[in-house]
Amino acid sequence: MRAVQPPAGAFDGEPGVLRFITAGSVDDGKSTLIGRLLFDSKGLLRDQVAALTTARGAQSALQDGDIDLALVTDGLESEREQGITIDVAYRYFATPRRSFVIADAPGHEQYTRNMVTAASNAEVAIILIDASRLAGKGLKAQTRRHATIAALMGLKVIVAVNKMDLTGWSRAVFEEIRENFERVARTLAIADPVYVPLAAKHGDNVAARSPHTPWYEGPPLLEILETIEAARGVSAAFRLPVQRVLRMANGARAYAGRVESGVVKPGDEVVAMPSGQSAVVESIRTYDGSRADAAEGQSVSIVLDRDLDLGRGDTLTSQDAQAVKSVTADLCWLDEAPWEKGRRYLLRQATRTTQALIESIVFVREMTELAEVSEASGLKLNDIASVRIKTRDAILGDLYGARPATGAFVLIDPVSNQTAAAGMIREAA
Amino acid sequence: MSALIKSSPRLSHLDRLESEAIHIIREAAGERTRLALLFSGGKDSATVLHLARKAFWPEKLPFPLLHVDTGHNFTEVLEFRDAEARRHGERLIVRQVEDSIVRGTVKLAKAEASRNAAQSVTLLEAVEEFQFDALIGGARRDEEKARAKERIFSHRDEFGAWNPKAQRPELWSLYNARINPGEHMRVFPLSNWTERDVWTYIGREGIALPSLYFAHPRDVVRRDGLLVPATALTPPRVGETVERVSVRFRTVGDITGTCPVESTAATVEDILIETELSDLSERGATRMDDRANEAAMERRKREGYF
Ligand SMILES: Nc1nc2c(ncn2[C@@H]2O[C@H](COP(=O)(O)OP(=O)(O)O)[C@@H](O)[C@H]2O)c(=O)[nH]1
Repeated sequence: MRAVQPPAGAFDGEPGVLRFITAGSVDDGKSTLIGRLLFDSKGLLRDQVAALTTARGAQSALQDGDIDLALVTDGLESEREQGITIDVAYRYFATPRRSFVIADAPGHEQYTRNMVTAASNAEVAIILIDASRLAGKGLKAQTRRHATIAALMGLKVIVAVNKMDLTGWSRAVFEEIRENFERVARTLAIADPVYVPLAAKHGDNVAARSPHTPWYEGPPLLEILETIEAARGVSAAFRLPVQRVLRMANGARAYAGRVESGVVKPGDEVVAMPSGQSAVVESIRTYDGSRADAAEGQSVSIVLDRDLDLGRGDTLTSQDAQAVKSVTADLCWLDEAPWEKGRRYLLRQATRTTQALIESIVFVREMTELAEVSEASGLKLNDIASVRIKTRDAILGDLYGARPATGAFVLIDPVSNQTAAAGMIREAA
Repeated sequence: MSALIKSSPRLSHLDRLESEAIHIIREAAGERTRLALLFSGGKDSATVLHLARKAFWPEKLPFPLLHVDTGHNFTEVLEFRDAEARRHGERLIVRQVEDSIVRGTVKLAKAEASRNAAQSVTLLEAVEEFQFDALIGGARRDEEKARAKERIFSHRDEFGAWNPKAQRPELWSLYNARINPGEHMRVFPLSNWTERDVWTYIGREGIALPSLYFAHPRDVVRRDGLLVPATALTPPRVGETVERVSVRFRTVGDITGTCPVESTAATVEDILIETELSDLSERGATRMDDRANEAAMERRKREGYF
């Protein structure tokens, strides 16, 4: 046994992390692209490469340099047999400039919920389009669905136009796809999508610029990923959902939780929601000592100047927070079991769980024209809708666009325990 | 209040991972009532223990440590496990695969066979005995492909089995830990860490580890490209020569299935330098039974192995 001391200076200067999802229809080349990113960034380790050359599988034909790049990502045995990726897989790679987490979501429509899962913890979406199948035909419904989810979740969008080699590197095809997607982006209010022409299989415009696309002036995909800024705003308003109450050595209560937005300092006046009582922050405590402040992302424990008798489910906030019992929200229905009108679901927002009732459907978004269908009466798997929800106990009326961590919620079926829907608050009443 | 005040610069990658892990551990304890932290003495579980102590500081852990001993563990690791639990004043529960063999719930093809798979039986017996409803473990998504798809809060049915096709969607940091009686959750606070992150963090925090993780001379034989330690459980075969080589272990599981790598790395920094250069992933270099079958892990997980 030994205690290990960190060598001086060895752990400074770490680059930031970018979490992105990849979305595409089956065969657009998503697995190939991920394999390429990992491979070109040297993320593929030797024994994983060896496993690929022996992996069983429906299509284990070897390609390019004797590896089928797509097999890198097809994880589970059951899906390997089917030849499709069914669940979100997380991959990690890094370049000298940035670390990346790829949440690889399956493409097929029936797995939209997996993409929603992946998108909820990402900052950027790469939407893959197969240029060879699209020329003259317009975007697939699946692409519109992916764009809709990216828009709902507030992700920055990169449109990766793949298989450009099969179009003879046609600038006209690339421009046509760009125009098509621009229309979708306008409908969904996606700000400034970035477009890049690719041949993932051959590596064109992935890690390095391709000699085949002299008309493309932008950087290769990897460089876009290294430099792109997340679209989600950083909110100044303070939110710390209480996870647990701890007793300090002197008997004082400390409210343990993670700062989900804003900054807090000793001396700040905070409000406990939903009760609305206020108090002043006395100290911010951690295992590693007291802190001068705590900012978004930090797990800390907060001692107040008076006893408010808070518990898990309460949130410490700045003065601006409001407690509401009714919201308008976008919902993605994630459960095989459709919504049952009049039924109570459990609503989970940050650390708070309460009962909720979907009072009415404002509209369901139809995926061909992306129209808002207002006469919809039901919600089923993969539906994306705007609904009005009433809650039994008050929740925070935070809007997802401004404060995603507290503006988001899930609905849980209290009988099956399944996570039934993902929700994003758009209006608080 | 205190003289020791830290300012808050931009959160580093490791700070974010640490904070996320603390959040996850507190969520587990907030949503479930009968938890245990799986503590084998290995580096990942030592890291999780460290994070859990931070999560509940200054209180003690609101749950015990649990180890399933295959009976084939390295003595250094067991001593370390016991010493760590004692040092932090935490309760440690140990359950033995040997006892399951005696009860007849575990049957091995050969007495010296790897007991990795048998561990799942003993673990589920412990879950039943203590009515645990959540087990916190140190698995990471970068370990191999099946893990890469697992949720942070992962549901186990009454048979302790994971059903990869019926995973609950896991959105934002809103973990759904609801279960029916007899079921339990597995919680993986290190899901988003890589092996490099763990080592960097161990170095930064000064987390104690068993000595096996650092270079030491050991009797081994070379077999199929692996270094196999010469022990009573893994004796050299006829015709093999025993050599004394400077090695370290990258994982410290069952003696019959864990191989060291040749190394002179005596410190965490040396190990980081070595792993940066090494082109073998952690399990590939050191686990004999995983090499036998690429899908071994997925199958073991369906059977309830951690
Ligand atoms: N010609 C060409 N073929 C590609 C390209 N990218 C992928 N493919 C091929 O398209 C097929 C489907 O790719 P795959 O990555 O499995 O698609 P996924 O279903 O989206 O993961 C495979 O045969 C790939 O080799 C490309 O840039 N050019």
